[in-house]
Amino acid sequence: MTLAPERTLTEPTTSTTTTSTTTTSTEATGTDVAKPNVNSRLRPESDPTREFKPKRSGKPNPMAHLTPEQVEEIGRELDALRQEVMDSRGERDAAYIRKVIKTQRYLEMGSRATLLFSGVKVKGVKPFWWIGTAGLSIAKILENMEIGHNVMHGQWDWMRDPKIHSQAWEWDNVSPASQWKHSHNELHHTFTNVLGRDNDLGYGIIRVDEDQRWTLFCLGQPIWHVANAAMFEYSIAAYDLELGGYLAKRKRMTEEEKAEFRAQASEVLGKIKQQATKDYLVHPVLAAPFGGTKSTLTANIVANLARNIWTNTVIICGHFPEGIETFEKTSIEGETRGEWYLRQMLGSGNISGSKFMHIMTGNLSHQIEHHLYPDMPSNRYAEISPRIRDLMERYELKYVTGSLPKQVFSVYKKVVQLSLPNKVEGRRRRDTVKLAAARALRKKSLGGRPR
Amino acid sequence: MTISPARPHAVRRRPSSSVAAPVAGSLRSSLWRVAEILATPLVPSDYLDLFNPLREGADLRGRILAVTPETPDAATITIQPGRGWRGHIPGQYIRVGVDIDGVRHWRAYSVTSPPHTPDGTIEITVKAIPDGKVSNHLVRRTEPGTLVMLDQATGDFTIPAAPPARTLFITAGSGITPVIGMLRSRTDLPDVAHVHCAPTAADVICAEELRGFGDQGRTAYLQRHDDEHGMLDLADLDTLVPDWRDRQTWVCGPTGLLDAAEAFWAAHGIADRLTVERFRPTVIEPGEGGRITFLSTDRSVSSDGGTPILDAGEDAGVLMPSGCRMGICMGCVVTMRQGAVRDLRTGEVTTAEPGDDLPIQTCINAVAGECDLEL
Repeated sequence: MTLAPERTLTEPTTSTTTTSTTTTSTEATGTDVAKPNVNSRLRPESDPTREFKPKRSGKPNPMAHLTPEQVEEIGRELDALRQEVMDSRGERDAAYIRKVIKTQRYLEMGSRATLLFSGVKVKGVKPFWWIGTAGLSIAKILENMEIGHNVMHGQWDWMRDPKIHSQAWEWDNVSPASQWKHSHNELHHTFTNVLGRDNDLGYGIIRVDEDQRWTLFCLGQPIWHVANAAMFEYSIAAYDLELGGYLAKRKRMTEEEKAEFRAQASEVLGKIKQQATKDYLVHPVLAAPFGGTKSTLTANIVANLARNIWTNTVIICGHFPEGIETFEKTSIEGETRGEWYLRQMLGSGNISGSKFMHIMTGNLSHQIEHHLYPDMPSNRYAEISPRIRDLMERYELKYVTGSLPKQVFSVYKKVVQLSLPNKVEGRRRRDTVKLAAARALRKKSLGGRPR
Repeated sequence: MTISPARPHAVRRRPSSSVAAPVAGSLRSSLWRVAEILATPLVPSDYLDLFNPLREGADLRGRILAVTPETPDAATITIQPGRGWRGHIPGQYIRVGVDIDGVRHWRAYSVTSPPHTPDGTIEITVKAIPDGKVSNHLVRRTEPGTLVMLDQATGDFTIPAAPPARTLFITAGSGITPVIGMLRSRTDLPDVAHVHCAPTAADVICAEELRGFGDQGRTAYLQRHDDEHGMLDLADLDTLVPDWRDRQTWVCGPTGLLDAAEAFWAAHGIADRLTVERFRPTVIEPGEGGRITFLSTDRSVSSDGGTPILDAGEDAGVLMPSGCRMGICMGCVVTMRQGAVRDLRTGEVTTAEPGDDLPIQTCINAVAGECDLEL
């Protein structure tokens, strides 16, 4: 947990005097003088004085056709829908998450037990390896997505069960819950698709929007992207740790900042060690009496790899496919509730599919609904999605959705296309690359990663 | 961060005291260590609970075996507690955590069964109070087989091991429950007077049993009904129980009765002979704005009903955890020990009584009356 970026940048938290005028921050918090501290995103009233801030590419404002009154109306309608669902949470929702948790635990135990015999060959194949590995992969995916991700969002905090609570949950992933909650819940969900503020836009290594700066580093991004997917849990840990930022800025950091980084890094190392000990040491050793050490080891490696690739595949479909909007860095200053909702809707995309598919994606296939209401129980997203779609269509907003193959293809295409610089009239792209290469040779650097 | 009263996640069993104990003990703890590695990031209990939630070492739970009606709005709940149950002294209460509409609610109830029953079960007797979410659920809608959370028995409303020469019980309504537990097990009390009040004769819980104690000569039993005799006036004790001043007295009932008894005994200079049972030491009435107390940093600040607790805390110089400041990231959650807060988005009020220890989001909640935070 960290101190909020929005207030503490300009205001020391230790000040004991309060004059309302000292609380100006990097983001103007609105015109309400009586309550200068209240986040403008909590305010339903729209602000007619706000102006659209265009991106470098000059792309048009996707909300331009809406009047301030309509924006306000959208905010109120979405608030009312949220309230309706939250008020109706009850027994059946609690039973749902408990059933998922129970199923996941039995599945994991069953798969682990099956893997003890993974070395046994029947007619040249190892049936227990295949069954156990498939089961373990599914168990790990459920644990990370439908359970871990959603519990840590606080979707189940209302049950007041200390065992299923955002503040107590730890997941089978090398990124510690506390660090992940900061970078995901706080930064990504607040600053969704805002260039320069939402680092989930390409995780700092992949250029997924033409308004992101191109550097020579991007030329290799089809490779970085596949490598990132394969080792996704480790890259997420490095990303949540802000390892890249540390390496770039460590010379300018204070001792205190460095100490905090070291403490967090050792937390990550601790989790890596825990997972490796369990998956790659103790389980294989337990299978030794049945001759399954090596096969259990490979099963665990494959299950973790399958989980990495699957989670990455689902997650890239949330914000990167064609048709999803990004926003200029300063465009969110003074953003009201309705505008925040609009950004979440336009900055997210869904995946269509079967009920099983939705559960396997942790209901992130309902990314739009999830981004509107990150703390709503995941089993409710499917129920509200027709109403969200209807609302968006009524206001002529694009509800981006498509099958998994379609959305994945769209992202991969983008990753390849954006590895090259944008087309600019009067200049060939190959010249831009050459120029950058020549400059880099002079400076002996690759010009950094896309931001 | 713990959210509820700290309960150990994994309690190791003590090694037995045999000769092989050290070896067995270290083997057992090594095995437990392996189990912990296998369970990570969970704990072994999370898996063991799937098979036996009432086992030794589990968080204390109980299974409801029976719900027996006592009066039209009261019932006795028979509970099989988990193996970790450490027993109780008559007069003590337990906190019971019940899931209603998916939400866990904790309430305190006196144990009415004697300390040692042959089948190890315990009983609580619950009166459904108007608008009482938990009491109505327990009395009217609970199915046998339901699992509930339990806390170990606690409370000082007990009779010393050496029985007093003369005892007086004054009880009203469901205030009979701790006393019925005492009467059922303390057959060694030589001289007991008991005055019990209820709105009408039909409202008396365990009426037959109470009369039975009287008929057997174990108590001098007086039953008073408000509709017949009017509300009990303590000044009448001189005629009801003339030697009341010489008796060790235990009183349990509504707050009004308890306050009156404390004043009455104090006025007669014999406050040391009185013990009262207060289930609800503070009644939380939600208001608009109020005082926020930060317990760890020992700071306190007044705030209006429109300012998030997060901002009020920061302005008071408390190092508040924070995040999105709009209610979505849970980065600002702190534990409310007691008090009431109001959600600025929805107007919904959340109250916590002592022992509830509720986690709340400070960025979208304002104080509603007062609240004590663990910070």
